[in-house]
Amino acid sequence: MIEKEKINWIYKKIFTIRFFEERIKKIAKEKTVPGYLHTCIGSEAICVGVMAALNQDDWISSTYRNHGHAIAKGCELNEITSEIYGRKTGICKGRGGSMHISDFSKGMLGSFGIVAAGPAVVLGAALQEKINKSNKTCVSFFGDGAIHNGAFHEAAGLAKLWDIPMIFVCENNGYAEATATDWHLNTKELSDITKAYDMLSYIGDGNNVFKVYDISKKAINEAKQKNTPIFLEFKNYRFSGQYEGDTQLYQPQEEIDKAKQNDPIKLAKENSSKYGLNKNDLEKIINEAKEEVDKAFDFADTQPWPQPEDALEEVYVNYPVEINR
Amino acid sequence: MTIKTVKDAINDALVQSFEEDKNVILMGEDIAGGKGREQYQGTQDAWGGPFGVTQGLYTKFGGERVRDTTIAEAGFFGAAIGAAMTGLRPIVELMYVDFAGVCFDQMMNQAAKVRYMFGGKQKVPMVVRTVVGAGFRAGSEHSQTLYSLYTHIPGLKVVAPYDAYDAKGLLLSSIKDDDPVIFMEHKRLYMTSCEVPDDLKPIPLGKGRIRREGSDVTIIAIQRMNLFAEEAADELEKINISCEIVDPRTYSPLDEELIFQSVKKTGKVIVVDESNPKCSLASEISSLISEKCFSDLKAAVIKITAPHTPVPFSPPMEDFYIPSTKKIIDAVKKLKDV
Repeated sequence: MIEKEKINWIYKKIFTIRFFEERIKKIAKEKTVPGYLHTCIGSEAICVGVMAALNQDDWISSTYRNHGHAIAKGCELNEITSEIYGRKTGICKGRGGSMHISDFSKGMLGSFGIVAAGPAVVLGAALQEKINKSNKTCVSFFGDGAIHNGAFHEAAGLAKLWDIPMIFVCENNGYAEATATDWHLNTKELSDITKAYDMLSYIGDGNNVFKVYDISKKAINEAKQKNTPIFLEFKNYRFSGQYEGDTQLYQPQEEIDKAKQNDPIKLAKENSSKYGLNKNDLEKIINEAKEEVDKAFDFADTQPWPQPEDALEEVYVNYPVEINR
Repeated sequence: MTIKTVKDAINDALVQSFEEDKNVILMGEDIAGGKGREQYQGTQDAWGGPFGVTQGLYTKFGGERVRDTTIAEAGFFGAAIGAAMTGLRPIVELMYVDFAGVCFDQMMNQAAKVRYMFGGKQKVPMVVRTVVGAGFRAGSEHSQTLYSLYTHIPGLKVVAPYDAYDAKGLLLSSIKDDDPVIFMEHKRLYMTSCEVPDDLKPIPLGKGRIRREGSDVTIIAIQRMNLFAEEAADELEKINISCEIVDPRTYSPLDEELIFQSVKKTGKVIVVDESNPKCSLASEISSLISEKCFSDLKAAVIKITAPHTPVPFSPPMEDFYIPSTKKIIDAVKKLKDV
């Protein structure tokens, strides 16, 4: 049984992310913002379902496709949009951009542009929790494209060897950039790759937010109870291209049409009455989400640009000579 | 006053840091040794790293804080970053700096950048201890210095002590520092020794040292090159040439003022660097001097470096590769006549 408050939270977040990413697609098309943009349309249920099982001070890492994780982890919408617009009041003071949306005060260790950089960093946070006998949950999000990278394997091997109860969350969205997952996998299932580490793994429907939540919650408990890492593979579909502007010619139309039947937003709507939300409740949540997203984008547009020399700040904690000599 | 080797001075600094701060941990390959054979007597702490520098730490502080890793540098370097961000002060050992390539992403793209690109909310107080240097007949993949590789990256600090005094004082500072520090130990200097006070205070990063005062020529020497600079200066003193030796000790931050002061005094400069010449500390320091002290110079700066080749194995070739006392003497004589 999920409490009512959590159900409302889940619905609010899942719609917020979808509206947010649709708005990103729009501004990308209009070319009104600088920089690379990667949207997560199709991953909303994974972002929200996993985060529903976490506390705000639990640790996560994300990737360049991070908007959904950041929103679900509790980062301020105004600060996210301002960052994407490159403004001084952005979540990273305009120094990060869309690929690096991350707020340490909300438990985000970082959103990394390098594929598979996150798992080892989360391993370190989890090691710290273990050494300090603390109990924060540590989760690394990455895509199916990351599972061939050595840094992922090195982190997985050490996590198992050291009995670190971290959670690896693989969003298997069918594509690593422009390459289909079924082509790049050497194993039948993606999660089979963890067999080399004798690591517990579970496969879940990444389109159903409640299933994601349920599996994540159980996995977190099991990992802590058994003092072991757990690998979660959530299957979904990447409706977004690798980046905004991607022609997506490699994604066949019939595949997209089929995937749309399991669109996480569609499923969430269909399931709403089962979770005690009537039509009015749902509409209210949807309208609120839409309104908040619109407000955040309007806000970003009014925000000041950083001064050019702001580029010189916070490279180090302490540096006794001038950075820009 | 106690006479200490560089190796023991580093071990002392580690022990002291472990005792002072429970958040200090150490990770690396065989930094203890004997993992998996705990049931046999005498197997534990068998190595202390390939040069024995960390020996005794595992016995003294236990496996929770002194962690032997798999041969997976990207894995445990990444872990050090996450651990540092969340409150520990990890020290990781990169067995040889030549292995930088397998974990360079972690230092270049994560350790160096998370503070900056995520808006200044995080810090990464970690230290990479690594072994550098030629002259050990260790071949091309175990002999480089690569100082400039890390010095190039904004967000990283780079420290390379010459003697035991600096090794201890600078390592104490590096561990207390809130930024990621690359601490480079020269394998040919481990067994050299000097006086090290037992109560030595941390030496601030970014402060160079005048190893020898002189008036005719300034020799700026990088790490082990201080040895050859001293030998050259001794020889030259016999023919009444006075050399000033400047040891910058840390390369990022670099004590530019100390260098400029010496250049103003002598007007003649030699930079000695064991690294390959292109985009090296030697070329960086030389360019800085040309830019900031042009009117003080009586001659062009002379750079003495290794050639633009990998480090060769065979002794005659390797000895040719490394800058020598003779090369420094010749260069000083050439400058003296200007």
